[in-house]
Amino acid sequence: MSAPLLHIEDLTVHFHTDEGIVEAVDGIQLLVPSGEIVGVVGESGSGKSVTALSILRLIRKPGRIIQGTILFDGRNLLDLSEEEMRPLRGSHISMIFQSPRTSLNPVLSAGWQIERLIRLHKKEKAKGAREQTVQMIRQVGIPSPERIYHEYPHQLSGGMCQRIMIAMALATNPKLLIADEPTTGLDVSIAAQILDLLQEMGRRTGATILLITHDLGVVAGYCDRVAVMHAGQVVESASVKKLFRQPLHPYTMKLIHSVPRVDVDRIMETIPGNVPGLIHPPQGCRFADRCQWVMEICRKTRPPVQTLDGDHLVACYHIGNS
Amino acid sequence: MMKKEEIEIRLKRFQTLIRRLRRNSLSFGASLVILAIVLIAIFAPFIAPYDPNATDASKAMLSVSRQHLMGTDIYGRDVLSRVIHGARVDLLVALVATLIALGISSFLGSLSGYAGGWLDHLLMRIIDTVMSFPSFILAMGITAALGNNLVNVVIAIAITHIPIYTRLIRGEMLHIREREYAEAARTVGNPTSRIIFYHLLPNCFPPVIVQATLAMGWAILTVAGLSFIGLGIQPPASEWGYMTAEGATYIVSGEWWIFLFPGLAIMITVLAFNMVGDALRDILDPRMRGVS
Amino acid sequence: MGLSRYLFKRLLMVIPTLLGVTLITFTLTYLLPGNPAIVKAGPFATPEHLALMEKEMGLDRPIYVQYWRYLSGVARGDLGQSSSTGRPVLEDFLQRIPATLELTLASLMIAVGLGIPLAVVSAVRRDSFLDHACRIVGVGGVAMPTFWTGILLLYIFFYYFGLAPPPLGRLSSGVPPPASFTGLYTLDSLLTGNFRALGSSLHHLLLPAVTLGFSVMAPLTRMVRATMLEVLSSDYIKAAEASGLPQRQIVYGDALRNTLIPVITLIGVIFGFLMGGNVVVELVFGWPGIGNYAVTSLMSKDAQPIQSFVLFVSVVYVLVNLLVDIAYGLADPRIRLR
Repeated sequence: MSAPLLHIEDLTVHFHTDEGIVEAVDGIQLLVPSGEIVGVVGESGSGKSVTALSILRLIRKPGRIIQGTILFDGRNLLDLSEEEMRPLRGSHISMIFQSPRTSLNPVLSAGWQIERLIRLHKKEKAKGAREQTVQMIRQVGIPSPERIYHEYPHQLSGGMCQRIMIAMALATNPKLLIADEPTTGLDVSIAAQILDLLQEMGRRTGATILLITHDLGVVAGYCDRVAVMHAGQVVESASVKKLFRQPLHPYTMKLIHSVPRVDVDRIMETIPGNVPGLIHPPQGCRFADRCQWVMEICRKTRPPVQTLDGDHLVACYHIGNS
Repeated sequence: MMKKEEIEIRLKRFQTLIRRLRRNSLSFGASLVILAIVLIAIFAPFIAPYDPNATDASKAMLSVSRQHLMGTDIYGRDVLSRVIHGARVDLLVALVATLIALGISSFLGSLSGYAGGWLDHLLMRIIDTVMSFPSFILAMGITAALGNNLVNVVIAIAITHIPIYTRLIRGEMLHIREREYAEAARTVGNPTSRIIFYHLLPNCFPPVIVQATLAMGWAILTVAGLSFIGLGIQPPASEWGYMTAEGATYIVSGEWWIFLFPGLAIMITVLAFNMVGDALRDILDPRMRGVS
Repeated sequence: MGLSRYLFKRLLMVIPTLLGVTLITFTLTYLLPGNPAIVKAGPFATPEHLALMEKEMGLDRPIYVQYWRYLSGVARGDLGQSSSTGRPVLEDFLQRIPATLELTLASLMIAVGLGIPLAVVSAVRRDSFLDHACRIVGVGGVAMPTFWTGILLLYIFFYYFGLAPPPLGRLSSGVPPPASFTGLYTLDSLLTGNFRALGSSLHHLLLPAVTLGFSVMAPLTRMVRATMLEVLSSDYIKAAEASGLPQRQIVYGDALRNTLIPVITLIGVIFGFLMGGNVVVELVFGWPGIGNYAVTSLMSKDAQPIQSFVLFVSVVYVLVNLLVDIAYGLADPRIRLR
């Protein structure tokens, strides 16, 4: 296994709101090997997006990163000042967001939004930057790139907007691309195209991709490794093959089994209960109230992370039984 | 005839509203101010230390003192008593105008929103035309045309406010007429008028309440402004705008209390309504920020 | 393509709107108490003379004919006769419009020039001292009646400090007006190098412009601040931050551009407030504009000027909004290119 490009250790992020302190992310660990596509999957509110924003140090008031380390290429990003961090954003680490239409500036042309990043990060002059921009637009699968350069986001379809965002993100040849639910709001067929594009571009540029999604199908289809998050914690992480063949954490098992299937005749399963509130979270395992194998120790202390089989991590007292 | 659960739910909602209003102590204070002003207006004859119309030439133009907390004017009338009684006029005019506007707008807006078609188009054209006038100018014109008395001021203000409420109610009605409970009411066989006015209209009201609170402030400013120009109020009645106009002539000789206090009363009242309106808007729909 | 269609549609809408405006002002004029024939015929007219005058003015014809006469009269520039000055209202207007224009422009400059930067900085530095001051001024300013602010400022700066001139007009007595090019004394004196007139006219313009400007600035600042805050919390600003653009460029480039475009439409709204406030400010400061004229005529039971004033102001308002919409269509690529 290649050396991890990104290594998150014990990351904790809190939000101070009127109703109380939201413990959005609680001591998570995440390893992203270089060159791979790593998925982070979980329900809404599980802390996936907060984790992504933390990597880029974009957590703003009332949020605060309480503790942890984020090692990127050997450097701890949390130790850097804002001045040192900014050159990394958009050039070494890029991010694309869900709802591509609203993530593009409506009063700037698509081409310019890409070009100015090339000018900024790669210090290119006008002519060179323009050429590279057009090239980039072509590379993300948009025909007649010279024309599209001058179009505005409202003139483009959702799928094209997302392609532009991908172009913006990859134009500077980042080492890490974070994709936060890039296919939400897109048609199923367009979504598949976008994911194919991401996979292809990753392969071509050698960029590592952190793919955040709530869709297990996406994980199965595109990711090499995956981390499963629940209520602000990573409960299991493994290679995709191992996770789907042998899920160890009760939550992962439930997730996989709750996907409706046409080939197997069975009642659709759901996961009982709700994600626990993050303001005064339970002190033990946060899945305890929804778990069918819950034991007394589960509610008392948080299960420690165990490593099985070299790279299969689980946080559960109950592994071994399925 | 509401069921017990319905009563409980509405009570709980009301309690939450009060609790949230209370949390923002500034707006809660503002609502207390409004309450105080309303009470002052209602009980004016009992609160005012003097008769607002009682003249006394020997006591003319006295500055602020313990006997006359806001001084006296050129006729020897106590300014404080006149300001207190002035609350009656300004509040009453604004309130009646607002209620009339709300009544007419509810009817027009819900009809327009529910029925659609040519009726809606026609109504909207008329509304747009009325809104092409700056509202104060229009109120001036209407009052001047109808005749210089308070009733016509009420009518003028009501007319200038109808467009806003009508649009709001129509908008809400458009949203909810396709909802499930509207569909349900139709299926059961309710007559259209009952559907519109009994089932749907009450649900249009939250943003309207916000707008009405904010519009009260504007209505008071309009009454005062019209009276300042000389439209509406007839002397010797006490009304804040008119009193400010009276006081204006004396600043050259330095008698500041005659214009200051009535104007201050206007400002405090309008401020209180605005603050409560803003707080209500934040509570009822944070997305409405920016609507004025 | 999209722009010309937008402009065409917008221009097309103006005509029925203007007609509607004339319809309403005609109704108001029609409702006027008193017999307009008396005004024209004079107080010494005999009953026969009066009847003749009524027939000549078409007062016995049905409403729609009268409306047509009214409309064609307005188109020709006939806005009626003033019984207090004895002259056609249009003439009185033309004489006084420069004063109103000067006051309106000066107030607009103050409101926009101070209000928008204040709002932007307030939104960017949230919860700073400046932000709190801005919000207080915004909330308080909206509640202060314009006429009261004017009188208050007069009291403080004229009576108490003696810095401001008496509210008697645009120039001190003894200072002749400059040679007339635009009718705006400040501009004309600047153009002709007449510094005495420049000083005096500025001195007299200052307090009324500040009064009207501040009263209009309050709602403007609130709205611009709200818009800026909304823009700053939008998705594309977040994405811009993630792409490593410097903060200064994001706020004063990307965000500001997106804020200023809707602010164009706000200028139209503000203009309405400006015109409403104009009337009382002209009255308080003795400013010889059309608002002053309309109201003082009313006080002398001469009702014709005020309805013509309403018509005139509203037509200007409609046209200003048209210009605003055109400017907005040009500025916003979502409208310009469809």
